[in-house]
Amino acid sequence: MSAAESPKKDAFKERLVQRQARGRLWSRLFFASNAFALLTLILLALTIINGAFGYVAVQFRVDPDTLSDRPLETLSEAELGDVLVANAAGRMRVIIRDNFSQVPNDVFTTTPLPAALNVFIPTAWQTLTINELNEEQLLSIITNNLSQEQMYDVVLNNIVQPNVVASWQFFYSLFNRAAIEAEMASEYPAAELIFRSWVTPRFISSPLATEAADTGLRTALLGTLWVIAICVLFSFPLGVGAAIYLEEYADDSFINRLIETNIRNLAGVPSIIYGLLGLTVFVRFLVTITSGQFVGVQSDTGRTILSAGLTLGLLILPVIIINAQEAIRAVPYSIREASYGLGATKWQTTWRQVLPAALPGILTGFILALSRAIGETAPLIVIGGASFISFDPSGPFSRFTVVPLQIYNWTKVPDIEFRNVAAAAIIVLMSLLLIMNSAAIILRNRFSKKLAG
Amino acid sequence: MAITGETTIHLNNVSVYYSNKLAVKDVTLPIRKQKITAFIGPSGCGKSTVLRCLNRMNDLVQGARVDGEIIYRDQNLYARNVDPVEVRRRIGMVFQKPNPFPKSIYDNVAYGPRLLGVTRKNQLDEIVERSLRGAALWDEVAGDLKKSGLALSGGQQQRLCIARSIAVEPDVILMDEPCSALDPIATQRIEQLMREELKDYTIVIVTHNMQQAQRASDYTAFYSIRKEAESGGVERRWGVLVEFAETEKLFNSPESGETADYIAGRFG
Repeated sequence: MSAAESPKKDAFKERLVQRQARGRLWSRLFFASNAFALLTLILLALTIINGAFGYVAVQFRVDPDTLSDRPLETLSEAELGDVLVANAAGRMRVIIRDNFSQVPNDVFTTTPLPAALNVFIPTAWQTLTINELNEEQLLSIITNNLSQEQMYDVVLNNIVQPNVVASWQFFYSLFNRAAIEAEMASEYPAAELIFRSWVTPRFISSPLATEAADTGLRTALLGTLWVIAICVLFSFPLGVGAAIYLEEYADDSFINRLIETNIRNLAGVPSIIYGLLGLTVFVRFLVTITSGQFVGVQSDTGRTILSAGLTLGLLILPVIIINAQEAIRAVPYSIREASYGLGATKWQTTWRQVLPAALPGILTGFILALSRAIGETAPLIVIGGASFISFDPSGPFSRFTVVPLQIYNWTKVPDIEFRNVAAAAIIVLMSLLLIMNSAAIILRNRFSKKLAG
Repeated sequence: MAITGETTIHLNNVSVYYSNKLAVKDVTLPIRKQKITAFIGPSGCGKSTVLRCLNRMNDLVQGARVDGEIIYRDQNLYARNVDPVEVRRRIGMVFQKPNPFPKSIYDNVAYGPRLLGVTRKNQLDEIVERSLRGAALWDEVAGDLKKSGLALSGGQQQRLCIARSIAVEPDVILMDEPCSALDPIATQRIEQLMREELKDYTIVIVTHNMQQAQRASDYTAFYSIRKEAESGGVERRWGVLVEFAETEKLFNSPESGETADYIAGRFG
C-alpha cells in the first residue's frame, strides 16, 4: 500500500514546490512595482530639493561688514536706527510712506500726520506734515513702530541692497564647490558666496515681486486658499446631495441610468475643457455675478476668485459624486432596514443613519478630489488667472493668482533664479497639501472610531 | 378552528407578488393579542414574506404588491390613506441578523423616541433604562451605555435590538428568525425574554427551529410550498398556509398529513 502511494506523493511534492515558486514570483513582482513607485517619489523629492537649496552669488551695493563691527542681524533696533541715519537719512520719509501710509502718494507730503499714517502720533506733532519733521523725529517713528526683524529688512533693502547675480543647484553646490569658487573669482569678483535656502518664512509671507531674490508667495498662497474655500463650499454639498439622490431616491429608470453614466464619463474629461466651460459660463455669461456687480462691486471682469472656485468645483464634482455614491452604497442595508422598522421616514433614515455611516468614505473621496483641485493649473490659465499681481486677494470678487499658476509662470521666465523660486513654491504647495490631507484624515479617523466603538 | 381570545391583526386572503410573480397565496390568519404566534415551514414557503407584510416592510422591495386585507384595529394596513411609517411605529421588528446601529448603546435605544420628537434628556434616560430592563440587558450594560452597540456579543446585540424596538412602545413585535445567528444559550435567553419580560406584547416569530416554536409559542402557523409546471419546463412555486392552530394541538395532533410529515422531519 505505501509502496503504491509513494510515487503519487512525490508528484504532489513536486507540484507543491512549483506552486509555491509561482507564488513567490508574483509577490516579488508586486514588490517591484512598489519599489518603482518609491523610487519615483524619491527622484521627485530630490529634484525639488535640488532647486530649492544651493549657493548663490550675492552682490551688495554696500557691504554689510562695513556698516557695523557686528553682523547686522544681531544689532538692536536702536543700533539699526543709527545705521539707517548714517547711511540713508534721505530715504527715511520713503521708508515711512512704504510702511505706514494710508493716503495716496501724491497727497502724502501735504496731509497732516495723524491722517497720513496709521500709527500713533505724539500730540505735539498733530498738525505737522511729514516734511516738517527732523531726522531724529523721523527715526523715532520708524524705530517705535517696527520690530527688530522689520528694521533689519529695512536696512537690508535700503542700504545693503543685496542682488543675486548667480545661483547654483543643491547637488552641484554640494560636490563642485571648487568650480563654483573659480567661476566666482573670474566673473563676480565683488560678489559674496552664500548657501541659501529658497524656502524661508520671508518667502511665504512676502507678496510677489519682480526680482527672484525678493519675491514671495503670499499673494498666490492666499489666492489658493480663497479658491479652495469657494470650491469646497460649492462642490461638497452639491456632490454629496447628488450622490444621496442617486443612491437613495432615484429609481432604476432609463434617465437616471443615463445621468449616472454621464457623471462617470465627466470624471475623465480633461481639465482644460472645464476651463473653457468656466470661461464661457462663469467669466462671460454670469459676469454680473462673478464680478460682484450684483452686490455693488465696481468691477466688470469675471476673472475672479469666484469664477476660479466654481470652475474647480465643477471639475471635481463628478469624482466627489462617484466616491460618495460608493460610500453610501457600502452602508449595510440592514441599518436602513432597522431604521425603517422603527418608524423612521426615508429622510430620517438617510440623515441619521446612512450619512453618518458613509461619512468617512465620503470624506476620503473628497480629500482626493480636493488635492487634485489644489494642483490644477490649466483651467485657471484659461479662465484668466493673473500672471502677476502684487496685492493680496480681498474677497471672492478679487483678481487672483494661485500657487501652481505661479510655479508655471516662474518656470517660464528665462531668468534662471526663478527656477529656484519655483522649486521653493513647490515645497510650499506640497506642504499645504500634506497639512490639509492630514487634517482631513485625522477628522475621518475620529468619525470612524466613534462609529466602530 | 376553535380558537378563542382577542385578535390584534387579522389577515384576509393575503397574496403577495414580487414583480408580478406570486410568492404567497391566500393567507387567512388571526394574530392573537398578547400571545406568541410562530410561523414555521420549509425554506421558500413565504413565512418571512407574510411577516414583512404585517408592518409593510415589503414596501421597501421594488415591485412588491400585496392583495387582500390586513386588518389592524379595524383598519386595513394596505388602505390608501395609511402611512407605512405610522404602521412601523406601532408594529416593530427584530431581524434575523442582529443589526444595531453603529452608535452607542444609549443612542441605539434612544433612536426611536428621538424620531418621534422626544428630546428631553431625563425623559430619554428613563425610556432607555425601561427598554433595556424590558429586554433583560440593563444589568449587563448599565455601567457603560456609551459603549458602541457593535462591541456587544451576538446575543446581547439581539437583545439590544429588542430593547430598541420596544423603546417606541409598539403593540406588536415581529421577529424574523431572531435566534438563527445565536448560540443555544443566547437563544434560550431570548426565548425566556419573550415569555417573561415581553409577555404583554403581541409577538409574531418566524423560526426554522421547530423545538423553538414548540417551546416558545402559543399558536403556530405552518406554511408550505405549492408547485406547478409551466410551459418550457419552468416550475412555478408559491407559498400557502397549510394549518393554523394552538401550538400544542398542531404539534400533537395535526389535521393535515403534510404538517405531520414536516414536524416529524420527513421533509423540509
